[in-house]
Amino acid sequence: MTQTMTGAQMVVKALRDQGVEVVFGYPGGAVLPIYDEIFQQNDIRHILVRHEQGAIHMAEGYARSTGKVGVALVTSGPGATNAVTGLVDALMDSIPLVVLTGQVPTFMIGTDGFQEADTVGITRPCTKMNWLVKDTAKLSETIHLAFHVAKSGRPGPVLIDIPKDVQFADADYVAKEKIKVSHYQPKLKGDIDQITRLVEMIETAERPILYTGGGVINSGPAASQLLRELAEATGFPVTSTLMGLGAYPASGKNWLGMLGMHGLYEANLAMHGCDLMINIGARFDDRITGRVKDFSPNSKKAHIDIDASSINKVVHVDVPILGDVGHVLEDLLRIWKSRGRKVNKAGLAAWWKQINDWRAVKCLTYKPSTTTIKPQYALERLEALTKGMDRYITTEVGQHQMWAAQFLGFEAPNRWMTSGGLGTMGYGLPASIGVQIAHPEALVINVAGEASWLMNMQEMGTAMQFRAPVKQFILNNERLGMVRQWQELLHGERYSQSWSESLPDFVKLAEAFGCKGIQCKDPKDLDDAIMEMIRYDGPVIFDCLVEKHENCFPMIPSGKPHNEMLLGDADTQGVIGAKGAVLV
Amino acid sequence: MSPLNIKKGSTSHSAYDLRDPYADVSEAHTLAVIVDNEAGVLARVIGLFSGRGYNIDSLTVAEVDHTGHLSRITIVTHGTPQVITQIKALLARMVPVRAVHDLTEAGPSVQRELALFKVAGKGEHRIEALRLAEIFRAHVVDSTLESFVFEMTGTPEKIDSFAELMRPLGLREIARTGVAALSRGA
Repeated sequence: MTQTMTGAQMVVKALRDQGVEVVFGYPGGAVLPIYDEIFQQNDIRHILVRHEQGAIHMAEGYARSTGKVGVALVTSGPGATNAVTGLVDALMDSIPLVVLTGQVPTFMIGTDGFQEADTVGITRPCTKMNWLVKDTAKLSETIHLAFHVAKSGRPGPVLIDIPKDVQFADADYVAKEKIKVSHYQPKLKGDIDQITRLVEMIETAERPILYTGGGVINSGPAASQLLRELAEATGFPVTSTLMGLGAYPASGKNWLGMLGMHGLYEANLAMHGCDLMINIGARFDDRITGRVKDFSPNSKKAHIDIDASSINKVVHVDVPILGDVGHVLEDLLRIWKSRGRKVNKAGLAAWWKQINDWRAVKCLTYKPSTTTIKPQYALERLEALTKGMDRYITTEVGQHQMWAAQFLGFEAPNRWMTSGGLGTMGYGLPASIGVQIAHPEALVINVAGEASWLMNMQEMGTAMQFRAPVKQFILNNERLGMVRQWQELLHGERYSQSWSESLPDFVKLAEAFGCKGIQCKDPKDLDDAIMEMIRYDGPVIFDCLVEKHENCFPMIPSGKPHNEMLLGDADTQGVIGAKGAVLV
Repeated sequence: MSPLNIKKGSTSHSAYDLRDPYADVSEAHTLAVIVDNEAGVLARVIGLFSGRGYNIDSLTVAEVDHTGHLSRITIVTHGTPQVITQIKALLARMVPVRAVHDLTEAGPSVQRELALFKVAGKGEHRIEALRLAEIFRAHVVDSTLESFVFEMTGTPEKIDSFAELMRPLGLREIARTGVAALSRGA
């Protein structure tokens, strides 16, 4: 039986049929018919944001912490353009989103109408796919196809631009099950011959390493489970990119910590010195490789990825395996077990001895202080006091983000939400709200820097309105810490525009929003203050005044290979040449 | 290398020629991309090249299957083997892209381009132009007492050489379609 309805009704019905429970959005002229329908139903909850960028980051936080598709709804013109940063963020980090934008009526498109923008033109390189729907009869199937595309293969954001007259017009609704199965069906199973080749290499490798990324998490909880099984069964060390934290537990005995520019000494040296690198769902990002020419020079490399364009893009690999991480790991383990679970025991023992020597360097050591709060100390205390709780962490972008990745431990996937690829300051606060909406009972903390946090602080209004008790843990150094660090190391300590003269009083700001503000500047008071934050039933802005000139180490300077890491301030004299200064 | 490989010389001034040409060995490849003929699909494909700094030496596009709404985009591009592989992977993962054929890699292919030449001149030049046109099997499709428009189909090299010959004889304008290509055999 076909159902005839308006385009606006179709939108709500299609979302409901796709299992959508929450939409993050902001109304405006071109989406009023859809908002009218939202008003008249109770199945889908609408979270009113304060800025469209916030809506996208909330949808990202929601998606990343649940594994579901995040949904946002914004109006035409400025609504759509405000969403662009979030779309690129989701594209870079492979987050499945469906974003609906209003558009001026079809007969006005191209006339420079009020709040008209070429949304599909602007967002074409910012999305995995986008559509302008000019005919109501095609609307429902486009929405269903959009969900399919967003979550299939390498996930990503998609956008549907819906002119206002299309929302008003009537047409038949096409059910989810009835849509033509799209030809877009990325391959999940990996090539068995290649997997077997990798198994052979696993059996003989002397110095192997598992280099895991966000793809493990995107593949679903089963993939993380298989990764754990593989690591335990083979005894191979595991490191991860920023995006992959939690896939292998931080308490696991094979865990080396994060790798990359601010990764751990042992992780980076193991990457440099290995003879078999197994890249599982990572993409050889420049934060990981350093100087590509000298990246892990003596290893055979295997790469498991669902996106063919990620393979051999930056680093040549010997064993490319195109497929979904979960499916490939399943086959890999099965074949490896059937061949007798062989590993090179003697080689591995020597390799672990070497790794333990690197570990003994204790690269995260910092100079403690009894008078000022070191940012590392603040995170150590946060970790100690929240460990074992049902905890989700989001971050902004900068030094605090790297320290959070170094000092907080993640035991499970989907617990760590950070802007990795795009590095979007202002991501963390809205993302934390999205996470909290998905997990109302959990402890959700946004580890922030004061500069990043200010970029989307208006979303505290959203947190208050929807009773999302998010904890904003701001490491306040009154500086753009990472910019300042680079200026110190690269630009002759000329601190051009990297500090803020007139920051708000965060406690008063909290009061203005109607939530709780806490300030802490003495290390002796820190534990009590953190506990006060955790126990407060509602949003908290925690202004943690930290050491202003702390640098984030270890650090691989731009243009340097992994084995030329800086471990502390003493190492930093004249380290980055002119070539490195060009890089970011 | 396919015998019909296009030499770089003919179209080296691509607007998208942004990469360091000395980075590695550069190869020319002809790609046939079958896409859903929907709004914006060409922009999507071209945006990939401009956004990532790849080269487009020549581009043709037209709907080839009216019932299936499929268009064929023929792109001649050049780059290192790694870049060519990357381009193909990036094209293949686009939702409206149905297939990507690398005609250069697949073996021999037929490549043709259509060009129109406006040549103006009098006396000996005019006669010479007409004689050369005959040798090149170009047709006269317009003529006045002072000019001809020749139409010619051929490989880009053939069109290049004809253009070179016409230049001293009063060549005014050239319009070229870009390469259309099919693999040889069934």
